[in-house]
Amino acid sequence: MSTPDDNEKKIPSENHDGEKEGNATLGFAILFFMAGLIGSLLVGWVVFPKLLYSQKEQPIDFNHQVHMDAVSDGCQSCHFYREDGTFAGVPTLAQCSECHESAQTEDPNEVKFVDEYVTPGKEVPWLIYARQPDCVFFSHAAHKEMECKTCHGDIGESTSLKPYEENRITGYSRDIWGDNIGGFGKNTWDSMKMDDCAACHERETGSKGPCFQCHK
Amino acid sequence: MNKTHNTQKAKKYGMVIDLDKCTGCGACMVACMAENNVPFKKDETNKLDSITWMHLYKLTNGKAFPETEICYLPRPCMHCEGAHGHPPCVSVCPATATDYDHGTGIVSQIYTRCFGCRYCMGACPYHARYFNWWDPVWPEGMKEYLSPNVSPRMRGVVEKCSFCFHRYQLAMDKAYHEGRKELEEHEYQSSCTQACPAGAITFGDLNNPDHQVHKIARPDNEHGGKPSATNVFRLLERLGTNPKVYYMSSREWVRRLGDNYLPHEKTGEIALGKQKGHH
Repeated sequence: MSTPDDNEKKIPSENHDGEKEGNATLGFAILFFMAGLIGSLLVGWVVFPKLLYSQKEQPIDFNHQVHMDAVSDGCQSCHFYREDGTFAGVPTLAQCSECHESAQTEDPNEVKFVDEYVTPGKEVPWLIYARQPDCVFFSHAAHKEMECKTCHGDIGESTSLKPYEENRITGYSRDIWGDNIGGFGKNTWDSMKMDDCAACHERETGSKGPCFQCHK
Repeated sequence: MNKTHNTQKAKKYGMVIDLDKCTGCGACMVACMAENNVPFKKDETNKLDSITWMHLYKLTNGKAFPETEICYLPRPCMHCEGAHGHPPCVSVCPATATDYDHGTGIVSQIYTRCFGCRYCMGACPYHARYFNWWDPVWPEGMKEYLSPNVSPRMRGVVEKCSFCFHRYQLAMDKAYHEGRKELEEHEYQSSCTQACPAGAITFGDLNNPDHQVHKIARPDNEHGGKPSATNVFRLLERLGTNPKVYYMSSREWVRRLGDNYLPHEKTGEIALGKQKGHH
């Protein structure tokens, strides 16, 4: 980082016709500085996030789009509220088995699902993108006027599951913070940090809300 | 900051504990530990580092037999309101790890935000706050029994009674699901309240005239929530902490132990001038 300064200090000690040469040295210094800066930014913005998150594949490559066409009640057909108002989240094997007792198509993913999970009666170890840390209480019921998409993105239209990205340090899913925590994202679901929750609460309710609204 | 919390009418959850009914059995303490994943150690003989969100104190009138009398006093967090929603602990916290909820009157504690300076413990006149000197170590198999509704604490943070706030969260979940925004009195009750075999603890919304707590304590909200019912008192009333836990006893010596009275002062008397100036 000290290269520009050092170079500038050397300039007076060099020969007199060095105005041009001095400019060239300064030019090089700026070039080196910019190269270093860009390099550092690339490491911070591209390389480090790649290193920070490990990628895991889901046990079954689920096709949301096919299911959305087949069900009548949208997302809630499989991701529903329990009677006590809590959200059931990812469906259990029992729910899937209602339709998939045996494979209905020759799709390799469905065949694999039936053979490996339905027939032996084993729950699918889904990796849950939106699983929150222990200290977070999120009430789906309080947000049920909203569209699922606002926070979860258009997962319902996807034909394939994206890899699950796990933070190597904390063990949390990348999606609980979103892909673009800098706040430059285009979509509401690109940045899902606490500040984003608070900003929306402030807009909608006039207050960020007390800590215990979302913490436990 | 959160005074305009939603459009609902502000609640003020609180408790009345009838000390004449309390037998000192400790069921409230046990229920609290189990409900809130409160850590414990193999050796709990050193009470200075035990964690008890609900703590049972034994009081005595100090007289010799046969006039000796005993009274047990369960002490949860008082969820003080202070003068304007500034409890002593919230006022001193440098990390905003604890806040006062104007919508429910509950004093929170956010473990992931706390960095363990323990200023709040020094500020609390009721010793209701506890520090985790160690990470919790659960006996084998007990991890499976922990409540998923309460996050376990780590070493180096302060914890305290939350009035079982997770129960409020779950009750609200159900209410929202059913299209309601208000809770019935029975829908949100703390674990200690339900565990007390003597029915000594009453829990509810002090702002709601239909709730038992309001009927028993009859808090005077114009004067810092001071109870207007006879025999009802609060601990260290004259500090101006405006706690939301009320006690009642027909025995004067018990009520007198609730504050530091000078010999000539009458029990329940609050000197004029003490009420103003708590900012």
